[in-house]
Amino acid sequence: MNEFVETILSLQWQDPKPTYDVVIVGGGGHGLSAAYHLAARHGITNVAVLEANYIGSGNSGRNTTIIRSNYGIPESVRFYQHSVDLYNQLETETGCWIMHATKGLMWLVHTETGMRAERARSLVNTACGTETVMISPEEAKALCPQLDLSGGGRYPVRGGSYHPGGATARHDRVVWAYAQGAMQRGVHVHQHTPVIDLLRDGDRVTGVITPNGPISAGMVMSAVGGKVTQLAAMAGVRLPVRTHPLQAFVTNGYAQGLGPIVSSTELLTYVSQTARGQLLMGAEFEPQPTYSMQTSFQTLANVSSKVAYLLPFTRNLRVLRQWTGICDVSADFSPIMGGTGVDGFCITTGWGTWGFKAIPAGGEQMAQYIATGDTPPLIAPFALSRFAADHPMADQGSTGTR
Amino acid sequence: MLTIACPNCGERGVDEYRFGGELPTVPDSVTDPGERNVDYLWFFDNVAGPSTERWFHDGGCRRWFTVQRDTLSDRIIGDRIING
Repeated sequence: MNEFVETILSLQWQDPKPTYDVVIVGGGGHGLSAAYHLAARHGITNVAVLEANYIGSGNSGRNTTIIRSNYGIPESVRFYQHSVDLYNQLETETGCWIMHATKGLMWLVHTETGMRAERARSLVNTACGTETVMISPEEAKALCPQLDLSGGGRYPVRGGSYHPGGATARHDRVVWAYAQGAMQRGVHVHQHTPVIDLLRDGDRVTGVITPNGPISAGMVMSAVGGKVTQLAAMAGVRLPVRTHPLQAFVTNGYAQGLGPIVSSTELLTYVSQTARGQLLMGAEFEPQPTYSMQTSFQTLANVSSKVAYLLPFTRNLRVLRQWTGICDVSADFSPIMGGTGVDGFCITTGWGTWGFKAIPAGGEQMAQYIATGDTPPLIAPFALSRFAADHPMADQGSTGTR
Repeated sequence: MLTIACPNCGERGVDEYRFGGELPTVPDSVTDPGERNVDYLWFFDNVAGPSTERWFHDGGCRRWFTVQRDTLSDRIIGDRIING
């Protein structure tokens, strides 16, 4: 955390205790949201959040901040819609300004196959209580006048789906809002405290080992992004997760303003405008798994050329910054939440490229799981045991990235 | 960008290739045949370090081969093709 951040937040840093009721590994959005909900909803405040770097330094600080619920299967639509609802009231609830802005999300389609998929999506969404409507190319143009409907002659727009609930928020402010809310209620957050091993008693997980010594806990929750396979292996848990890098970049400011979030499921790009006016563009994740966070010129060239077909004005913009996050992509492209089959160890992972939008609901539901010991119905379909039961939540087409 | 030396075509960029997955290993602790199948189907080693994996030269000779790649740095280890 830098000095500026500390001036706008009221964070109380504490010394680590040897024992906590709950230790959450990973001080990103999901970990801090779970800690916040444990304290605020369930009165469990003897909680520590351990972060290897500074809070929000992982994928919470690298994502493209899109909040939406236009998923393709009912279980996902209900879960993400709940998360969108929680985001809408987050500023009121925490008293922190997270720069939340509902601006609508447009998924453009260039083929007849894609139109069928979007029609199916809008029907599933409508049936599950999320608003997604089909739009014609003319309606898309009316929503975003900068669009080139001919797609530069190469990717003509045949139509698309429009999700009015699509929103963006400032990613690190979401992390800070939950950190502040949790710490004001007595939760300890320890930065620069990596977990190097887990304490185990037989099969049971009884705590964590950090470079500063062991910390025992009644429940250890993994909210790790990136190295989650290694952490789960310490508890003897194997995961259906591969870690792929995903790159994104921002341009300089665009004064005229871009209305909705524009994306194309077939070109695998998405563009939104940040509160500063910069255009934030994301790509698909790279096909080979790696923990390396290097960026590549190929991705930059590939994504920016595709965006320039749809939004020709972007040709005059300059790229300011490019970065990479490493995403835990699950085998069925849906998250994994809840128990692991190992006593004292629960997990929230498999967040791939769809973790930011789920921060409020994911944390709330995991807190409920830890507090009550029962898996809440909203996340029961996303249990790790679904793979052994041969019931994957396959929803690759809704990730927007592949 | 990651470059891979194809045994037939030589050094090319990763965009010519298709990733075919790591050679799966199921831990010995998994003894139940049904569970071994589930593990083989769904679960990944997701190694952080040297990983032995299959690649397909989609944009070239269209042949499969096996190489070792360091997943921490995303670079091929050595120039030796383990199995052409």
